[in-house]
Amino acid sequence: MNNSDTETHKTTRPLDSDDRRIIQATQAGLPLTPRPYHTIAEQLGLSADEVMARFQRMLANGIIRRIGAVPNHYALGYRANGMTVWDVPDEQIDELGRCVGQLDFVSHCYHRPRHLPEWPYNLFAMVHGRTQSQVEAQIQQIADLLGEYNQGHRTLYSTRILKKTGLRIR
Amino acid sequence: MDTLDRNIINHLQGGFPISTRPYAEAAEQLDITEAELIQRLTELLEQGLLTRFGPMYHAEQLGGGLTLAAMRVPQADFEDVAETVNAFPEVAHNYARDHELNMWFVLATEHEERIDQVIHDIEAQTGLRVYNMPKQAEYYVGLRFEV
Repeated sequence: MNNSDTETHKTTRPLDSDDRRIIQATQAGLPLTPRPYHTIAEQLGLSADEVMARFQRMLANGIIRRIGAVPNHYALGYRANGMTVWDVPDEQIDELGRCVGQLDFVSHCYHRPRHLPEWPYNLFAMVHGRTQSQVEAQIQQIADLLGEYNQGHRTLYSTRILKKTGLRIR
Repeated sequence: MDTLDRNIINHLQGGFPISTRPYAEAAEQLDITEAELIQRLTELLEQGLLTRFGPMYHAEQLGGGLTLAAMRVPQADFEDVAETVNAFPEVAHNYARDHELNMWFVLATEHEERIDQVIHDIEAQTGLRVYNMPKQAEYYVGLRFEV
């Protein structure tokens, strides 16, 4: 976690039981009813104003990243999905990670630990394209961006989904 | 999928209102009716073009543990190991990938301390090392797609 994340986390009011009930009720989606926040409120025995205020707060403090459509990229034709991993100097990784994260075909970008000697890669960027050649061009773009700081990289394509239940709190 | 479906997907990946009639507000932006938007979203979900419509929660901020882990699994044992790993309810996603480290899974636990225990249990049950790769910094999380 970077510093700003940690600070946000510390100043965030912890979730109370009503927040958790709202999360449980909506992590699979919002009701497709004309007044969805009222529908949730009725289910949980809260007022609609209370539910909407809690959504506003969770959105403001980052508990909710955003509200909207979550596309199934595979079904939408993005069939080539690669986990690109890069070995870059630790001193430059934050700056480089932010640059890579700004590329429009990168969906997730993280700093993760190396496991030497067998795993030297510390920068992870997920890329998505309609074809493998499109993804290869994207990888080249990242390599160009990293330039001399690129000390080695690999792309791991997923060959099979073994499990996908999503993140669920209980 | 027609132009309207594409418009909906491209314009509603964030910013959905928190209000009494949010579908009506979003529909107005798209120049359609509330009923039409709800109908289209229902169909896009049924067809699997959307995996979900609603809030995307920031998992770590919910207070639990979250990590990415990898294993080097001998090909002959792959199915058995996948079954063992998938049986843990804490394993949210698991992918086969084309590398020596050929099994990659996400662990999500209600309490952060539980991550180490689950990793230990997976190692004990499979006899294989688990490479734990928790994120040290996040630079971007998006998943916005143009269709």
